[in-house]
Amino acid sequence: MQKKIFDQLQEELFFEELENGLSVYILPKPEFSKTYATFTTKYGSIDDQFIPLGEKEFTKVPDGIAHFLEHKMFEKEDGDVFQKFSENGASANAFTSFTRTAYLFSSTSNVSENLDTLIDFVQSPYFTEETVEKEKGIIGQEITMYDDNADWRLYFGTIQNMYHVHPVRVDIAGTIDSITDITKDHLYQCYNTFYHPSNMVLFIVGSVNPEEIIEQVKNSQKRREFEPQAPIKRHFEDEPSSVAKKHHQLNMDVQVPKCMIGLKASNVNLKGNELLRRELAVNTALDVLFGKTSKHYTKLYEEGLIDDSFTFDFSQELGYGFALLGGSTRDPDKLSETVKAILIEEAEQSSITEEQIESVKKKNIGGFLRSLNSPEFIANQFTRYTFNEMDLFDAVPTLETLTKEDIALALSDLAQPEHITSFYILPKEEEAVE
Amino acid sequence: MRIEPKTIKKQGISIHTIKTKQFKTNQLVIKFRAPLQKNDVTARALLPYILQSGTQKWPTTASFRTYLDNLYGANAQVDVSKKGESHIISFSVDIANEQFLKDSSPLTEEAFNVLAEMLFNPLIENGAFSAKIVDQEKRSLKQRLEAARDDKMRYASQRLIEEMCKGEPFALHPHGSVEEVDAITSEKLFSVYKKMMNEDTVDFYIVGDINEKEIEDLCEKYLSFAQRDSIAGEAANFSPKEKPKRIVEKQSIKQGKLNMGFRTETHYGEKEYIPLVMMNGILGGFPHSKLFINVREKESLAYYAASRMESHKGLILIMSGVDPGKIDRAAEIILEQLKAIQKGDISSKELNQTRAVMKNQMLETLDSARGIIEVLYQGDVSGSIFTINEWFEKVDKVTKDDIVAVSQKVKLDTTYILTGKEEA
Repeated sequence: MQKKIFDQLQEELFFEELENGLSVYILPKPEFSKTYATFTTKYGSIDDQFIPLGEKEFTKVPDGIAHFLEHKMFEKEDGDVFQKFSENGASANAFTSFTRTAYLFSSTSNVSENLDTLIDFVQSPYFTEETVEKEKGIIGQEITMYDDNADWRLYFGTIQNMYHVHPVRVDIAGTIDSITDITKDHLYQCYNTFYHPSNMVLFIVGSVNPEEIIEQVKNSQKRREFEPQAPIKRHFEDEPSSVAKKHHQLNMDVQVPKCMIGLKASNVNLKGNELLRRELAVNTALDVLFGKTSKHYTKLYEEGLIDDSFTFDFSQELGYGFALLGGSTRDPDKLSETVKAILIEEAEQSSITEEQIESVKKKNIGGFLRSLNSPEFIANQFTRYTFNEMDLFDAVPTLETLTKEDIALALSDLAQPEHITSFYILPKEEEAVE
Repeated sequence: MRIEPKTIKKQGISIHTIKTKQFKTNQLVIKFRAPLQKNDVTARALLPYILQSGTQKWPTTASFRTYLDNLYGANAQVDVSKKGESHIISFSVDIANEQFLKDSSPLTEEAFNVLAEMLFNPLIENGAFSAKIVDQEKRSLKQRLEAARDDKMRYASQRLIEEMCKGEPFALHPHGSVEEVDAITSEKLFSVYKKMMNEDTVDFYIVGDINEKEIEDLCEKYLSFAQRDSIAGEAANFSPKEKPKRIVEKQSIKQGKLNMGFRTETHYGEKEYIPLVMMNGILGGFPHSKLFINVREKESLAYYAASRMESHKGLILIMSGVDPGKIDRAAEIILEQLKAIQKGDISSKELNQTRAVMKNQMLETLDSARGIIEVLYQGDVSGSIFTINEWFEKVDKVTKDDIVAVSQKVKLDTTYILTGKEEA
């Protein structure tokens, strides 16, 4: 087992790649009562075209299948896995994102039993036609709940404006129609392809002894047979660099309009440190331009165009990436025009100063320390970084080396007029004019 | 247990220090508590946003936030909430512990300075708060209140409380109401500010790797308040309804929201409180609970069906998102689950699971600085303080009979349904 020590942060990280390819990370937090563990596969909603295990041709599976599979992993022949976690005082959950499916528990007692339960349930699929059919009602209600959620519709509407064909434009849970077609055979096919240990990361953070944990995990893997698996072949259609739609809007039963501006990333083949650098550069730029200390934020707030719901963020994965800025507003047109103009002008000639960058760096160094108070942040973010060949603990050192030039370049790559889109949620009375 | 809070009462406030090496930041929170009442709730909700928007030292948001960023991203926040019939205004500062930074001067005193500046040195022009800031924050408050109603889940929860507790202070939203905002003047705000500073019950918490003596001195230097009388907690009276109330509203939405409110006649700190918490856990607090199993897993009616408590008000609130055509069926199943508990249909497995996850939930809450403060404040508000060990002992002692007994006092008061325009 390898060990990395972070002196300044007073943290230690243990790592081992097991024979079957599973990556195991352990970060002891002896002062905590709880242990938090995530078992994550590099498989999310965007992985809808791939060569199934043991086959030769690409196949396309129904939208929403990774999320459906996540739901169905909890049901076994002898009942619901939640029951078992509750018996051992654990709180369990799972989530599916565009690129990952994570299963997790946290508990302050019986950690070893709970860890066995986690590994066992994720590594023993059990799907029947009957249980698959039953789940369609539950997921149907989950989809309907999100359909009524204005913030979610704003978020997805903006992404759909940006992407022509990339599956990031499809809702993670799919649609009521698309999940109707899902069968137990689809689930097994996806499971067998994407849940091989070599495509997964197990992260454990909390009051644990690393040697004991790694022994336990190794033993759990010895009990199971895994054939070596070649790298998974995934397929994505060619995505143009321009946005699919410059603008779109939706009328819902709301009182306050919402506006989101999306910027589509153009340089989406980055990995590892280059990707880390890009993410940090864009987020620093957005923070300087639109953070609460900025002149733009002050002006927009004073004019009543934004309130404290205004947020911005940039993230990128292999194949897609975007910045989103927006929130509640009285005047979506004016907010959108103003923000777009600022971004385009900054892309041509960045006004960002060294002093502003230093201030954001300081803020983020403290913010990173704060994040390390959270076992959930450490496990989830570390896993996301790993899947992108980045290291979470490189974030601050990399941030410290960012230059004005890095930031100007990142902005000029991102904020080209043909990469920018806007989406509004408007009250029902004001009918849409396009 | 690991948490050993120390409390000193002085200078008109209670100072609670919690020393722990668990975190890389130090968290400071100060809470002001007064009776929840219609005539000042909206002004009180506005007040903390005014105070954080301009001080004498930092007259603009930008100057204040720049100062915080340069303190390694100190995080300053304000919030308003309610517990039972009390209205609470909170100010918090979370600041890096300099021992984890390469080159930084001590930061704890800076956090006190930031808190004190917000509270004691507001930006005053001509004897009142800055008119520009007041106008901006009134606009923001209105928008915040309106946007909150656009989230259908939150809207339905709030509407249930409004209908159920009509005429009781608890019906008020902690952020007040949109209609009241325009009439708030700078003078009114200033008198509400003076009242908060001079009369509210004040609790200050600090969690981190701190020196308790140093904290006491810093409190003396920065958080000096006038002596005050303790405010008697208002008894939450209500008139039981002859038969449960049912309200149906329609909007252009696809999913129906079913919200059911129950009176329990049992409040935080009372003898039957812990049995009630267990009862709520068996009913709908967790994924092993009766609501999750029966509404979601057995009948596939919903994605979520859960119950939660308003501990200081003595309420249990159930919420579920259901197809509009199946709301009645879901309500029926929910009531059956409560009846089952009242009849004693509780397995030893359910008891053990609920006990285990309740203890886990408590310990997990204490793994965050904010969690520690919220758990302690629950006790400080009700005046019923017990240690975590005592809480664990109580949970261990609860029997099935205790749960059945407390469940029999639980009565449906109001059902609120938000449904689509086309159906039902």
